[in-house]
Amino acid sequence: MLLNQLEELFSGACDELAKLTNLKELEDWRVRYLGRKSSLIQALRALADLPLEERRSAGARANEIKKALEASLEEKQKELERGLSSSLRHGSLDVTLPGGKIPLGRLHLTTQTINEICNIFVGMGFQIVEGPEVEREHYNFEALNMPEDHPARDMFATLWVDYQTETGEKPMLLRTHTSPVQVRVMERTSPPIRIIAPGRVYRYEATDATHEWMFHQVEGLAVDKNITLADLKGTLFEFARRLFGVDRKCRFRCDYFPFVEPGVEVAIDCLACGGSGCRLCSNSGWIEILGAGMVHPDVLRGVGIDPDVYSGFAFGMGVERIPMLRYGIEDIRLFYSNDIRFLGQF
Amino acid sequence: MKISIKWLREYVDFSPPLEKMAERLTMAGLEVGGMQTIGGEWYDVVVGMIVRVEPHPNADRLRLVTVDLGKKQPTVVCGAPNLIIGDKIAFACTGAQLVDDNGKLVQLKPAKIRGILSEGMVCSERELGLSDRHEGIMVLPADAPVGVLLKDYLGDIVLDIDVTPNRPDCLSVIGIAREVVALVGSKLDIPDVCYDETGDAIDASASVEVLAPELCPRYCASLITGIEIGPSPQWLQQRLISSGMRPINNVVDVTNYVMLEFGQPLHAFDFANIRGNTIIVRRAKQGEVMTTLDGIERTLSEDLLVIADKERPVAVAGIMGGLHSEVTDSTTTVLIESANFSRAAIHRGSIKLKLSSEASLRFEKGLSRTLSLVALKRAIQLMQQLAGGKVARGIIDVYPGKQQRETILLSAAEVKRLLGMELKVTEIVKTLELLGFVCKQTMGASQIRVSVPWWRTDISCQADLVEEVARIIGYDDIPTTMLSAALSEYEPVSAINFRREIRDVLVSCGFQEVLNYSLTSLEMMSRLSPDLHQACPKPIQIANPMSREYEYLRLNLRAGILATLGRNERHQEDSIRIFEIGKAFLPGPKDLPEEREMFCAVLNDAPAGLFWKGKPDPVDFFVAKGVVETLLERLGLRAEFEPDDDEDLYPGRNAAITIDGNKVGVVGELHPKIAKAFDLCGTAYLIELDMDRILLLADIIKKYQPMARYPSTTRDLALLVDEQVTYKQVYDIIKHSPLVSQVTLFDLYSGEQVAKGKKSFAFRIVYQLPTRTLTDEEVDKVQQQILGKLAGKVGAALRA
Repeated sequence: MLLNQLEELFSGACDELAKLTNLKELEDWRVRYLGRKSSLIQALRALADLPLEERRSAGARANEIKKALEASLEEKQKELERGLSSSLRHGSLDVTLPGGKIPLGRLHLTTQTINEICNIFVGMGFQIVEGPEVEREHYNFEALNMPEDHPARDMFATLWVDYQTETGEKPMLLRTHTSPVQVRVMERTSPPIRIIAPGRVYRYEATDATHEWMFHQVEGLAVDKNITLADLKGTLFEFARRLFGVDRKCRFRCDYFPFVEPGVEVAIDCLACGGSGCRLCSNSGWIEILGAGMVHPDVLRGVGIDPDVYSGFAFGMGVERIPMLRYGIEDIRLFYSNDIRFLGQF
Repeated sequence: MKISIKWLREYVDFSPPLEKMAERLTMAGLEVGGMQTIGGEWYDVVVGMIVRVEPHPNADRLRLVTVDLGKKQPTVVCGAPNLIIGDKIAFACTGAQLVDDNGKLVQLKPAKIRGILSEGMVCSERELGLSDRHEGIMVLPADAPVGVLLKDYLGDIVLDIDVTPNRPDCLSVIGIAREVVALVGSKLDIPDVCYDETGDAIDASASVEVLAPELCPRYCASLITGIEIGPSPQWLQQRLISSGMRPINNVVDVTNYVMLEFGQPLHAFDFANIRGNTIIVRRAKQGEVMTTLDGIERTLSEDLLVIADKERPVAVAGIMGGLHSEVTDSTTTVLIESANFSRAAIHRGSIKLKLSSEASLRFEKGLSRTLSLVALKRAIQLMQQLAGGKVARGIIDVYPGKQQRETILLSAAEVKRLLGMELKVTEIVKTLELLGFVCKQTMGASQIRVSVPWWRTDISCQADLVEEVARIIGYDDIPTTMLSAALSEYEPVSAINFRREIRDVLVSCGFQEVLNYSLTSLEMMSRLSPDLHQACPKPIQIANPMSREYEYLRLNLRAGILATLGRNERHQEDSIRIFEIGKAFLPGPKDLPEEREMFCAVLNDAPAGLFWKGKPDPVDFFVAKGVVETLLERLGLRAEFEPDDDEDLYPGRNAAITIDGNKVGVVGELHPKIAKAFDLCGTAYLIELDMDRILLLADIIKKYQPMARYPSTTRDLALLVDEQVTYKQVYDIIKHSPLVSQVTLFDLYSGEQVAKGKKSFAFRIVYQLPTRTLTDEEVDKVQQQILGKLAGKVGAALRA
């Protein structure tokens, strides 16, 4: 190709480029003038066949033209892109208009709390089990070391069920705690046992802001050789750390439940006042969160587990109390009046 | 149990500050729930002595009293009737805080009363906040030190201790004192009991017969003649008041005092009203009537234990005395009862009569039998001191339930096994001895033979002793370890995971979970279709319901969730979607009722809130059905929907949900009469599923399906069929044809554009093979076959 042809090509390319209005045309232009099959690139390839002198002068110019065209291409591309953005801007939205709300479903606060508690214990090797809500008196009381007229039965105001079976079974009741599940599990399995049992429980109780006749508990039980009160302490302290935060202080004090011995009450330092004393903790600085203890030897014996060989611990906690403390809910009746304005908050 | 610290300090001295002491008690199982200071406001109230009483010159009913306060002798105006020279009184100087007529604290100011300036006041009990008494001034004991601040002389702190039901021994000042001794290691100092028996031999004057020894293991009694009834001294009254009891007279007060001191309830009978001079402990006769001390006439039954004389009951044993044998101002001879009753007898009696008392609350926890005699002697001593009279010689002690003292073998190894903490034998022994246990080491000193002190009725095995050791040492000192025992074998409980899965799907579909009460009322159940009830079993009733509102166990979840929907509609304009998973209770052939896990959801078609872009699609039957399909599909189940006639649902707009021919639930629009019964605003849709049945059929184990590798061919087909042909009929023919991988209905039309009695279905059919690409000719051929089948089976024609 002769030099004058190159110059012609160059000026033609520049003229065309100036007229281009969009990126698609620009791409076509690029293919035409700088693509593998373009005359310029062909010309550059053909240089090799020219005599040395011609090759020098034409080659230098051809390369100059190629660089110039590439530079123009880049500049034109930027110019066109800028133009595109500004033209899109004509269709701008009022981004302050409200978005379309997607209605969220939520689990009931109680379910959320039970899941949270169970997940912690599952992480410590406990398995979830369940038991009936209408229970035999035997499982709710006798098997838990509370024979008829035991004074501790007064701690469990009972709703009795008017239900006669064909076998003339003793009276039935709505379980007053989840502890009967302990007995049922120990009856059907042998140690090692490590279970957690969530569920509904019922009390004969007038309702007020802190009392409900139906609520939920989570029961725990571990039975094996050499399970100790120290293990109980470790397990429950760890639970409290995971549920309430690692900085929470935890207290283990002696308490009485007929189905454990030694008996324990676990408290955490008050979430409202941090232990200095307030209305929430009745000025004690502590908030009771659960009852626990070493399974009473009579309870073990009752289910055929030798208390001289095996030992175990059990614990039980009220579920609703936990979110009440956490979120500052002052009335337990909110839980089962099922107002969506309440439930939707959690 | 309210415990006066002043009283407590009579038996045990302790050096730690009171707050520390209270914390130790709490940690050891006796929770101190409160601490009340008596006399905290008694600034400027001083013990004084009346030295002169003169008439007020300007008023008949007022007098001028001069009081010696040691340093000065002020004269003040006083209206009280009981001003006696030489009496010790509480004198409030001006500036003192006193309780006014309305129970409020006010500051005493100098006042001119009928022309005479009065700077100060002689106080009544009410003005000091001690009791309600305001008839006269409070007279202090003769030995009260003049000039001393009343706060220092009479002030006290009262602990409110929450005693657990296993520790009736701690329902007493001495019981708490014993705990304090063990916790701080000081010495217990119980007063010696001594009195003179100057009367006749008791056997000659009175006798006791126990006819129900199983309910009354021990009955001790004594007789005092010639006593003089009167008010108790101020110190004793004060102790009763600070313990929450009301002073009555010296005899009754002594019985109450000893109960508070030792924990043994006692009863004093006016012996003149005991006919035949005989006490008979027996079961009540059916229909027997007596009036108790509270003036209520009670009809007794055979399961109640009574104290009777020869003719009639004189007390309901351990619960409350009878009115006609009550000690009154004219009583001269008193029979003091200190007995032990079986806790069951008292507990049942108390429930039966709906009557509980300080006595019954103690008896029903099971008292020590040894205590009866100890407490009786203490009561005799005090009664003689305070009411005079002659004590009969000897004591009646009928003791059919005498027991051996309990001994338990305890090893240090057992302590370690239960606590996870190594303790030396000497340490264990020392701790137990602090609590009054007697320990003897045996078997080369590795075992300890422990005798349980008589006042402890709650200790019967090694574990009990281990707790004693642990709580005195302090639970804080027990190490903290993580479980190292073997894990139990995993037993999957599919219902739990299944429930979680269902909840997750429903929540993803925008449903709020609710939990309704398991108990309901007949009224609530009757809002549902009565026909349903005839088909359903009878609901299980609560024998002792709290109210009619919660009297029956629910037979289904419908009523509860519809009521919840109704309540929420009142303040929620947006569409509501709620669900519950819970138990329905059905009588069954097994020994316990069947607890069937049910799923119930409701959604209403309220406008889903205002939105500037326009209204979203309304909620209708197919939205509800879509929820069911989505849910069951996630569970790996294919459900069929067949027209159903559920009485609670809109006729023709409800369907039975079946899986492999088993009915697992229903879905449909709520019947307008039901919507009305639950006060619902508009249309609502209900889904009900039997969780247990679905669980049996569900296949939650998911298997990977490879994605199609070869392209598919899509054809649209518009068909004209008769009105009565169902979608399912057409769909099944197309779906079960070869090469068809997906069939979607995208239009349904009936109206002007098609002939009368006809409707048009528009389907999009996707043809695909997993192994290769299909040719157009193949697809055309299959589609022709499909059209042929449709024409033959349901009379479908291509829509022109």
